Amino acid sequence: MAKIMFVNRNAPHGTIYAWEGLEVVLIFGAYENELSAVYMDDAVFSLKKGQDTSALGIKGFLQTLPVLEDYGCEKIYVDKESMEKRGLKVDDFAIPVEVMDSAGIGKIMEEQDVILPF
Amino acid sequence: MKIGVMIQEGPYNHEASDTAYKFIEAAMAKGHTIQGVFLYDDAVTNVAKHMEPPQDDRHIARRWSELGAKGVDIVVCVAAAKRRGMKPELIVDNTRISGLGQLSEICTEAERVVTFGD
Repeated sequence: MAKIMFVNRNAPHGTIYAWEGLEVVLIFGAYENELSAVYMDDAVFSLKKGQDTSALGIKGFLQTLPVLEDYGCEKIYVDKESMEKRGLKVDDFAIPVEVMDSAGIGKIMEEQDVILPF
Repeated sequence: MKIGVMIQEGPYNHEASDTAYKFIEAAMAKGHTIQGVFLYDDAVTNVAKHMEPPQDDRHIARRWSELGAKGVDIVVCVAAAKRRGMKPELIVDNTRISGLGQLSEICTEAERVVTFGD
C-alpha cells in the first residue's frame, strides 16, 4: 500500500493532462492505495460547476468528479492562492473540497510515497 | 534503490523521453534497479516501431527497445495507446502494452517514482 497524491496543475481543457490524470485515479481506486488529489494553478478550473464541453466533443469532468470519493480518492485539496487569484470561491466547485494554503499542501506532500503530476 | 519512471510526453517534440532515458542510464550505472517505465499520455508514441529519424539524430524508439532488452520493463498504457492508434504490432520489441494497473504496481513496489513531462 502506498500513499499516492495526484497533483493537478493544468487547465481542464486545451491539453489532455487533466482528463488522463483523472483516468489514473479511477484505475488506482481498484488497488489498495491511499489516494488524494490536489488542484492548483489553472487546474482549479477543472472543479468548476456548470462546465459545458459539448462544443469540444469531449465528455467533461462533471459526471466523474463526484465519484472520486467512491474510487478511494477521499481527500481533495485546492490551493487557496490559485483559487483566489482566479476569482473562484468554494461555492464555485462541483464537489466538496478542502481549501488549503501552499504550506499546508506542502506538508501533506511530504507525507506521500508517490506524487503523480498531471 | 528501486526506481519507477513515468513519462508523459511524446518523442522529439519534447525532451522528456530523452531526459528519462539518460536518467535511467545513469541510475542503472550507479547500481539502482528500474522497477518499470510507464509510458502514459503522448509518451506511448515513444516506442513507435516505424519511427525513422534522420541518421544523425538519436533513435528514440530503438533506445527504449535496447533498454527493454537489458531487462527493464517498459510498459505502454493501453488506454492512452488506443487513443493514439498504437497497437501491439506497432511497438518496438522488448516493450509491452498493458493497463494503468501496472503503474499502480510500480507506485507500490518502487521506493521512488520519478515522472518526466511538463
